Amino acid sequence: MSWLHIFILLPLVFAIIVPFLYKKIPKVHTGWFVLFVPLSIFVYLLTFLPMIAGGETAMYILPWIPGFNIDISFYVDGLGLVFGLIISGIGTLVVLYSIYYLSKGREALHNFYVYLMMFMTAMLGVVFSDNLIVLYLFWELTSISSFLLIAYWYARRQSRYGAQKAMLITIFGGFAMLAAVIMLGIMGDTFSIRELIAQGGQLVQHPLFMPAMILILIGAFTKSAQFPFHIWLPDAMEAPTPISAYLHSATMVKAGIYLVARFTPFFGGTMEWFWIVTGIGLLTLFWGSLLAVKQRDLKALLAFSTVSQLGLIMSLLGMGSAALYYGEGELAHLHSMAVLAAVFHLVNHATFKGSLFMVVGIVDHETGTRDLRKLGGLMSIMPISFTIALIGSLSMAGLPPFNGFLSKELFFTGTLNAADLDIFRMETYGFLIPVIAWVASVFTFIYSIILVFKTFFGNYQPERLEKEAHEAPWGMLVPPAILALLVVVIFFVPNVLGEYVLEPMMASILPTLAGQFDFHIEAWHGFVPELFMTIALVVIGIILYLTLRKWIGLYNNVPRALTITNAYNSGLKGMESISRKITDAHMTGFSRAYLRYIFLIFVLIVGAHLFLLDGFSLETANVANINMFEIILSLALVGSAAMVVITRSRLTAVISVGVLGYIVALFFVVLRAPDLALTQLAIETVTVALFLVCFYHLPSLRKKEDGDGVNGLNLVIASLVGMTVTAVSLSANGHRLFPAISDYYLDAYELAGAANMVNAILADFRALDTLLEIFVLCIAGLGVYALVKVRLARREKNEDQ
Amino acid sequence: MFDTVLLFMLLLLAIAILGGLYRAIKGPSMADRVLALDLISIMMIALIGIVSLYFETDAFLEAILLLGILAFIGAVALAKYIERGVIIERKRDD
Repeated sequence: MSWLHIFILLPLVFAIIVPFLYKKIPKVHTGWFVLFVPLSIFVYLLTFLPMIAGGETAMYILPWIPGFNIDISFYVDGLGLVFGLIISGIGTLVVLYSIYYLSKGREALHNFYVYLMMFMTAMLGVVFSDNLIVLYLFWELTSISSFLLIAYWYARRQSRYGAQKAMLITIFGGFAMLAAVIMLGIMGDTFSIRELIAQGGQLVQHPLFMPAMILILIGAFTKSAQFPFHIWLPDAMEAPTPISAYLHSATMVKAGIYLVARFTPFFGGTMEWFWIVTGIGLLTLFWGSLLAVKQRDLKALLAFSTVSQLGLIMSLLGMGSAALYYGEGELAHLHSMAVLAAVFHLVNHATFKGSLFMVVGIVDHETGTRDLRKLGGLMSIMPISFTIALIGSLSMAGLPPFNGFLSKELFFTGTLNAADLDIFRMETYGFLIPVIAWVASVFTFIYSIILVFKTFFGNYQPERLEKEAHEAPWGMLVPPAILALLVVVIFFVPNVLGEYVLEPMMASILPTLAGQFDFHIEAWHGFVPELFMTIALVVIGIILYLTLRKWIGLYNNVPRALTITNAYNSGLKGMESISRKITDAHMTGFSRAYLRYIFLIFVLIVGAHLFLLDGFSLETANVANINMFEIILSLALVGSAAMVVITRSRLTAVISVGVLGYIVALFFVVLRAPDLALTQLAIETVTVALFLVCFYHLPSLRKKEDGDGVNGLNLVIASLVGMTVTAVSLSANGHRLFPAISDYYLDAYELAGAANMVNAILADFRALDTLLEIFVLCIAGLGVYALVKVRLARREKNEDQ
Repeated sequence: MFDTVLLFMLLLLAIAILGGLYRAIKGPSMADRVLALDLISIMMIALIGIVSLYFETDAFLEAILLLGILAFIGAVALAKYIERGVIIERKRDD
């Protein structure tokens, strides 16, 4: 148990205390108590920064299930630490923000902070875990706590829908990831990511390499809302805004990014990894930016913009993985710039998107709506919010003097480098990458402008707002202001960040180049293609924004049926109706149908076994001679059995069953089993008597209207079962592998003092069976008694009424 | 010689049982079937006796006694069923 373990598990432990604080100290907003948890984690994690910047890492192991190689081992390196800082840092701001956002009187605050604390531990666990099983454990905990948080206002239908959707999709990805984890465990014989990466080179040829890669990517893509799994994120916007800001922009959706980055040293350098990650990333970037433009709800707009930006980071990670193909040298350094852009934009995105969400929350909180059509002219009423929103949006659009500009320039550099690649068949399709990236950036610019201009410019329409707009309290403004400040600060001193944060992160993602990164982020680096791309996108973006009214209608032409959400909904409905149909088709409620299945499957399994494995054999060596009366008895047996089946009268059937039983008793006589014969005679008589007892109450056998009343299918099944059993018995008789153990019981008199061997077996050698048979009879008797009594009692009661 | 005689007797009994079975199956009335069943029971008593002789064992004598009792009870039960429709009547006075 190290300090790191304690700090990571601190929120989980604190979650237990939260409800008590809520109940016992109702005067103070519970959030104030919670605030110190992420703050202390943040401060604690800051102490690692100098060590990490020096190129060192640390590992803390706490054994959990050593027999299965499962330890709660936490590993601190650049990637994990920066994520940890983002989680705890933005966590602190979000808790502060939520204190002012959530009302003390009306909201169930204890639920909120318990879920939030659960989520924080889970997220910290994800980014620090070195053991894959533990990583998966925390991964699922993030899904569950996210589910709880989305459905925080569970009385709303949309909240529940969004929570269910997010749950289904992320858990689906989680399961895929679990499968990948197991595959990786099989491949490397270890669950430690570190050890896996160490032997990464040898495992490329392993047959499980590709399946594990694809499953890991499914896990990462579902969590990070990549195409086509992005549909859960816009619906997760039903959560309270602090949650949207925290989970659905800064932390949880980056868990997939983290996973991809974490596994880049293992899977990276292969063509499939490069193409899947880059391709899906670009597609998501493009699709998300395209859809964000048409949103009318501020949070939905931000959700799609998050999707798009996550795609950007993902595609950069994909492009950067090309560096691993080269291993070392100039080209590796060239492509490592994409990784730099990825980690840089990851940090930047966490800052500006968090602040934007918080501003949107403020707007929602102070005006009562998030609808762009109702908002406008808030600039003079909410000047601070406007400033923060402007900084965030322009950073998102990629303009100077904000940090988004730097990472966007690096992004263009990355795409241009990737387009020049001459591996992975890039020479054919490579030129597409910068084109798609540029078009997506134009749309990014447009929606960023829409976000600010439609909200804060134009006419103030107080009659359409639910409340009179006014500036938010300082407590709500401070957290986004801090983030906005970071946005500007990072632009001016990017290299401090680069030295302490970005370099260690790159060292984690590209371990072969660790310690050799030589970059200098500059706002101005001459007249290079990236600059012209930015200028062009601003010009085109402004033109498109000004003509927005003319082409926004194009979105309405897209048929609803083609949307992915529609596919998801109808897919769910379809699955339900198909499974209902399947169930209805075979669960008929008639036992004859079930008996058919049982018999058919019996015949299929046993018969096919006999047939396919050549199991049938007829051994005649140990067959006894056949007597005359055995033949006669068999004939009589067959005759009476046939009678049972053929007859139309139930009484005849009962009598035939009696005859059948008596003949069986005769068989016992002939085969020298006096005890069996005695019992059989007595039981048969009782059984027939019982049949007759209930006979009076039974309807007569219904005559079939059509034909001879033979059901062909049943006939076939019955014959097949009969033949199968016969074949099995004959084969079994021929396959006696061991001598019988009955010789031992022949000494029954000496062993048990019993002259009757059958009785000695029943009451002495195997008396336990007899005891239980007695129980069976006892239970049957009691059961019959209970059935009759209960029935009689009910009937009498009915008669009384 | 003795065994041959026993076997011949067994054959005769078996034919008789088959005859009884025919009657039991064919009917036409319920009483015919009950009588046929009774006949089969008695034939079986004889049959078991002869088989015991043939096997030279006394292990089946209980079976003969039991079968005698059961044949009687069964015939009475069936007769009662045909006459009354039930075998065990409920008390009328409660």
